[in-house]
Amino acid sequence: MSERSPRDIMSAWWHTTRLIAKRDLLVEWRSRIALNQVFPFAGIVMVMFGFAIDDTRLMERIAPGLIMLATMFSLLILVQRSFAVESEDGALDALRTAGVSSSALFWGKSIAMAAQLAALEALLIVLAILLYGSTIRPSGVVLLIATWLAASWGLATVGTLYGGLAAGARGRETLLPLLLLPVVAPVLIGATRAVEAALGARGSVADGWPWMGLVAVFAAVFCAGGTLAFGPLIDE
Amino acid sequence: MGTDAGPAEDRPSSPVVALDDAVAVLGRFPALAGVTLRVDRGDIVWLRGPNGAGKTTLLRLCAGLVPLTRGSGIVLGCDLRTERDQLRPLVGVLGHANGLYLDLTVAENVGFWGATVGASSDEIASVLDRLGLSLRLASLPVRRLSAGQQRRTAIACLIARRAALWLLDEPHSGLDAAGRDDIDAILRQAAASGATVMVASHEFDRAAPLATKTFDVIGGVIQAAGTRS
Repeated sequence: MSERSPRDIMSAWWHTTRLIAKRDLLVEWRSRIALNQVFPFAGIVMVMFGFAIDDTRLMERIAPGLIMLATMFSLLILVQRSFAVESEDGALDALRTAGVSSSALFWGKSIAMAAQLAALEALLIVLAILLYGSTIRPSGVVLLIATWLAASWGLATVGTLYGGLAAGARGRETLLPLLLLPVVAPVLIGATRAVEAALGARGSVADGWPWMGLVAVFAAVFCAGGTLAFGPLIDE
Repeated sequence: MGTDAGPAEDRPSSPVVALDDAVAVLGRFPALAGVTLRVDRGDIVWLRGPNGAGKTTLLRLCAGLVPLTRGSGIVLGCDLRTERDQLRPLVGVLGHANGLYLDLTVAENVGFWGATVGASSDEIASVLDRLGLSLRLASLPVRRLSAGQQRRTAIACLIARRAALWLLDEPHSGLDAAGRDDIDAILRQAAASGATVMVASHEFDRAAPLATKTFDVIGGVIQAAGTRS
């Protein structure tokens, strides 16, 4: 077999990663599951929270937590969907047998999921402004954007990793929430505190940055873990 | 039909598959208990035998999906002990599932699998054309196709991936007579253009006229072999 240079290997890896991400987004565009089902579901959750709490001042205070909770519930549906597409006609097996790099598969699926989560979180922030009367501090815009990106990437990587783990398991629909929700607790806590600071619901903007750091570390750890572990997980 | 025969093509006289006393263990069960066989380029091989005889494991061993526990094996120039990762991209496996994305169109599916090996859009168009998928069908979501058309799309993906060795497990199952005829014609065409095909099948009427070599797999070993010119 001819030897390839590290640059060629990296270039092929990135090509495959982009291919997987583009394909996942194309599948979503064709099926419109996120657009027609997941986004409305997240919106309904926000409205239902509003009905349940029915206190404008309290809602404004807890809006960041509600945004993250609605995101996490929606994450479960997105992850299920992302792997249902792969297992519906044996495509995940075909990818394995085709020798597609498992780390490229992990990154590609994570990128596509992060894009969908980022869009969803943006929608939820707008809804929080409209429904709960939340406001964004001008000095908190950078923190909000940083948290938005880190939380999207962190949730996408952990969702892809655990989605891969549950993909071949019996009762995966019920197994996934059991596995995933406890693991994403640091993102729920960190992102909620950071968004609270950015929206002025609690503390100063400076108080939010360490929490954003926690979310970023979480994202980096699961990104590295997923890159290494995704192959053996989907091979099992 | 364009295929890239991979490393074995560098040595035209070398067999595409050469197994010598190959043993493959699934869990603690020896699914293959010492298989020796040779398959040459352009062969259409029929693996026949009862359920659980080891046919599927033999296909998976040749695809580099099952480790070789004992004996030796060279497939497309790759050693099954040390070069399974290099082998996988050269081999196309088609089992009971088609490995397609049902929400994507035929052209998008074939384009995706072709792109994994860097196939150009001209190559993809050529594959679609050869398999009769280039007109109305190309823009239809796979979900809306018949079982035969889906199978044809899956084979188009194998060709687009430039698979040099096709490993097919019951390729005729679930197809009507016309779909079965389509599959047979495609396999003959693939073999004529240099691909090698191994088919595990229970369907004597279909596989016998198609095969150039036949191996009877019973109890994890080859009990008999036959060649038809």
